[in-house]
Amino acid sequence: MQRIGVFVCWCGSNIAATVDVAAVAEAMKNEPGVVYTTDYQYMCSEGGQSRIKQAIKDYNLTGIVVCSCSPRMHEATFRKTAVAAGLNPYMVEIANIREHCSWIHKDKEEATEKAVILARTAVAKLMLNAPLTSGTSPVIKRALVIGGGIAGIQTALDIADAGYEVDIVEKRPTIGGRMAQLDKTFPTLDCAACILTPKMVDAASNEKITLYTYSEVESVKGFVGNFSAKIRKKARFVDATKCTGCAVCTEKCPSRKAKNEFNMGLNNRGAIYIPFAQAIPNVATIDPEYCIHAKTGKCGICQKNCSAGAIDFDQKDEIIEREYGAIVMATGFQPIKLDNFEEFGYAQYPDVVTSLEFERLMNAAGPTKGTLLRPSDLSHPKTLVFVQCVGSRCSADAKDGKPYCSKICCMYTAKHAMLVREKYPDTDVHVFYIDVRTPGKNFDEFQRRAVEQYGVDYIKGMVGKVTKKGDKLMVQGSDLLNNEQITIAADMVILATAIEPDPSAKQIASLLTASIDTNNWMTEAHAKLRPVESPTAGVFLSGVCQGPKDVPETVAQASAAASKVIGLLSKDHMVTNPCVAQSNELLCNGCTTCEKVCPYGAIEYKDKPIVGPGVPRGTIRRVAEVNPAICQGCGACTVACPSGAMDLKGFTNRQIMAEVDAICK
Amino acid sequence: MQVNEKKGEFKPTIVAFCCNWCSYAGADLAGTSRLSYPANVKIIRVPCSCRVNPMFILRAFQRGADGVILCGCHPGDCHYSTGNYYARRRMTMLFSMLDYLGIDRKRTRVEWVSAAEGTKFAAVMNDFAQTITELGENVKLGDLRCKE
Amino acid sequence: MQRVAEMMLERAKALLADGTVNRVVGWEMGEFFYDLTPAVFTADGLDKFVYNGFSGANLSKYMIKECAKDGKALVFLKPCDTYSFNQLINEHRVDREKVYIIGVECRGMIDIRKIRDMGIKGVTAIREEGEELIIDTIYGEKKCARKDALLEKCLCCKGQEFVVYDELLTTGEAFTVGGNNRFAKVAELEAMTPGERFAFWRNELSKCIRCNACRNVCPACSCLQCVFDNPKSGIASKANADDFEENMFHIIRAFHVAGRCTDCGECSRVCPQGIPLHLLNRKFIKDVNEFYGEFQAGADNTTKYPLTNFTKEDVEPSIVTNRGGEN
Repeated sequence: MQRIGVFVCWCGSNIAATVDVAAVAEAMKNEPGVVYTTDYQYMCSEGGQSRIKQAIKDYNLTGIVVCSCSPRMHEATFRKTAVAAGLNPYMVEIANIREHCSWIHKDKEEATEKAVILARTAVAKLMLNAPLTSGTSPVIKRALVIGGGIAGIQTALDIADAGYEVDIVEKRPTIGGRMAQLDKTFPTLDCAACILTPKMVDAASNEKITLYTYSEVESVKGFVGNFSAKIRKKARFVDATKCTGCAVCTEKCPSRKAKNEFNMGLNNRGAIYIPFAQAIPNVATIDPEYCIHAKTGKCGICQKNCSAGAIDFDQKDEIIEREYGAIVMATGFQPIKLDNFEEFGYAQYPDVVTSLEFERLMNAAGPTKGTLLRPSDLSHPKTLVFVQCVGSRCSADAKDGKPYCSKICCMYTAKHAMLVREKYPDTDVHVFYIDVRTPGKNFDEFQRRAVEQYGVDYIKGMVGKVTKKGDKLMVQGSDLLNNEQITIAADMVILATAIEPDPSAKQIASLLTASIDTNNWMTEAHAKLRPVESPTAGVFLSGVCQGPKDVPETVAQASAAASKVIGLLSKDHMVTNPCVAQSNELLCNGCTTCEKVCPYGAIEYKDKPIVGPGVPRGTIRRVAEVNPAICQGCGACTVACPSGAMDLKGFTNRQIMAEVDAICK
Repeated sequence: MQVNEKKGEFKPTIVAFCCNWCSYAGADLAGTSRLSYPANVKIIRVPCSCRVNPMFILRAFQRGADGVILCGCHPGDCHYSTGNYYARRRMTMLFSMLDYLGIDRKRTRVEWVSAAEGTKFAAVMNDFAQTITELGENVKLGDLRCKE
Repeated sequence: MQRVAEMMLERAKALLADGTVNRVVGWEMGEFFYDLTPAVFTADGLDKFVYNGFSGANLSKYMIKECAKDGKALVFLKPCDTYSFNQLINEHRVDREKVYIIGVECRGMIDIRKIRDMGIKGVTAIREEGEELIIDTIYGEKKCARKDALLEKCLCCKGQEFVVYDELLTTGEAFTVGGNNRFAKVAELEAMTPGERFAFWRNELSKCIRCNACRNVCPACSCLQCVFDNPKSGIASKANADDFEENMFHIIRAFHVAGRCTDCGECSRVCPQGIPLHLLNRKFIKDVNEFYGEFQAGADNTTKYPLTNFTKEDVEPSIVTNRGGEN
């Protein structure tokens, strides 16, 4: 039987002016379980707290109800008070008689009556409280970063800098990601390679960082602090320890059919290749789909030419199993496919290119060695038309477009226009735009410079159609400001293509039971307050996988994610919230309904021996088990469970019904 | 149901389930802002709107509540990211069933109230209390099986 | 029907003989000829096996218990029963590996109550002749159209598709069954005034004697212990404390099976008081279809059930409170 003490606070006159506190204390004397009641001016003060502590000792109280301000204000205070007097912190209930009573009612009689009911409700709940203790679970001090672009690299560097081991898993043969493909970066126009490659080298040379390139995460088990992942290191058919990156093999390879992914398919590469000169690791990889030896068993020219003897046609995929305390998603993005945007003629005309292709055409290491030549006839284009918002900001029911703004296109289009005008002042550059969106430090200034200093012709309006006439691309569009339809005879058209999450994100998210939104962007634990955490504890979000971002934002978020990881890894043990769901194995019938509504993947089904009254010996049943380290205590499962096997500690079915009963008495 | 004998008017009993993160904080803000609403609204704090079992609502009616309201974070803002989406479906179904049984559908309500919406909280409670007062005492919910 | 019954018996004997299964779950004659009850047979008891127009009972739920036993069991499932079985697979309540399913053709099952309601008393035997029933009574032979005597669930038949089975037994003869709109009565109730609906349900639910037959037969009610039987749940009661208990029981039961109920109609079939309990479940099914898109529980093994799913654009509960008409 509980021995409950009720402490009614005056909060100076905040409560006492409208609620007859003495009457509330008096009324509580008659409640079942209550052995002591009192009122005091400020319960949260030193004096008030010592009264509570004294009463707990004097009256052997098993729990206390404090009638005071909102629990959001002082619940933590009074829990500490209870602990100081030897009580379990969860044997404290607060009746909110200030915010929910004295401050909103004027009639003293009415307010007092309500305060009595609120106090009675708290007592009724407390009667059913049980001491709760926080659990702990150990933290493995190693992080896994999935994706080796600028986001993954930055996150890994920061985590390693704090002294923790971190592994990067990158599906391509090199780290570097999308940023490695860029020519210059806005708004400062530094060369992307110049600022990225040193970071790539840092990541490779950092002794705390292990790179798994040409590798994929195959499965993930476990929970925050305790993940275990299987990583498939795909066969490169090249011994990475022997390869010197001399690239002789890549030049000798007779197979030239494979599209060069790094150059967005603008040229071809050998079946054995190194994506780009600064690739890390600087090791060749054989693409078995195009390798003549892999297909026919003949050829082997690379092997004959490799002085290091690194070619190994018998190499097999390797599975690596490792344990991690935290996992960071840094899976990045890709431009959307434009095949269905027939109006722009992307599929028909080689001189209609995406912005990322244009980056490669402008890049000194690109297929044209940095000279701007149009793909169809390698001539210098004189008139260029940029089209913004291609596939972005489409209506929600559009089949191929995306409803969101891709965010980076306005700035890189201004960058491209500016770079073209600077390099080739004799060119005409037109930009079709819906709006120009340039929030960001020095961004608007940058775009205005494109217009004012570089004479880029910005046309407000959208392009309706691109057709071919002779060797010109006829771009028909509307100029909304002059209210006229215009046609520009262009040599090249550059489409600011919408970006979408890398296709691997969806699958990895499901491995991690992390949620994604309707556009496959990763969902945050809280859109505003926890933007770099996934709702799945221990999974963090870095870079564009969470939503479109430019480089500085990506780096900022990557570091933010790293700091969250460091915060987690710095703990030896995680203290878990004791108010979590718990399944009664005697009642659970294993239907898995609860598992389906858990946003955190905290519920697992296990075959367990069941011992209880009426259960035959040796009974084994598949029942739900809640992992208290993952459960956040929302209670979704408790309502999904028809048998009442699932209940929420601290907010049990019986406690809430007792509150209902007390109010409706 | 309580009848305030002194004034002789009907004072309904109203139970309000409020999620801890948004609506309970919204109710606190209503208090801090001194925005009044009828004293017969009594709040039960739950971690999330998805913690509210239809059983609790029926139980309230069984024990004499005249109206039950559930308040949670706005869809998309749930502290647990998806709880209120489940609550929304559950309550839609439950309310529809109560209506199907011929029970006053205006006795139940769901409102999304954020922590910043103290004004909305008070307005919602005033409106709901008025609706329930106009409906009068809840007879039907306790009465479905009464034999004549 | 007779032909199918013979084919079933033949297959049962063969599967027992070759060791595929070690027992058969089917129907046997109860106290009266129309009172068929589910039963488990071994080879020497098969002479009691019956399949006729009174084999309405859905055997799916019985397989929960059978799956706890050793060896494989043969069960005969009618098309609509397979939905229940499939749903039980989804809920991990049965082990597909331990059940050999023979899907059997069904032309609709007879509701003895409907025959009695026609004023035909003292029934001693019923034969089917085409679309007619020949009813022997102690007062002589009577006749009625077969479709007038079918169970409610058969008038709204889901069709002849089997969603899960190992083999099928069908005669190949053409026939039609069902065709009624299963939501007609629900829509009729919805069109009433709340007062009329209240009166309707008050009349129906007041008949409830809390025998729990509806719950015991329901394939979706497969809890080890019902919350209403669990003294620790806070809502259990041996005797009804007040008149509200039945409301609570039926509303909560309908809610617990919402999205999982395949509309097999067993609850109404077994109710000794004749309460149209399926109208509660069908209301939820109709609402789910209207609010969240067409859904048939048990139709497949992948779709999330409506109450464990959501979309960001779901309707608000106010769609109910703001419905037109009087309150």
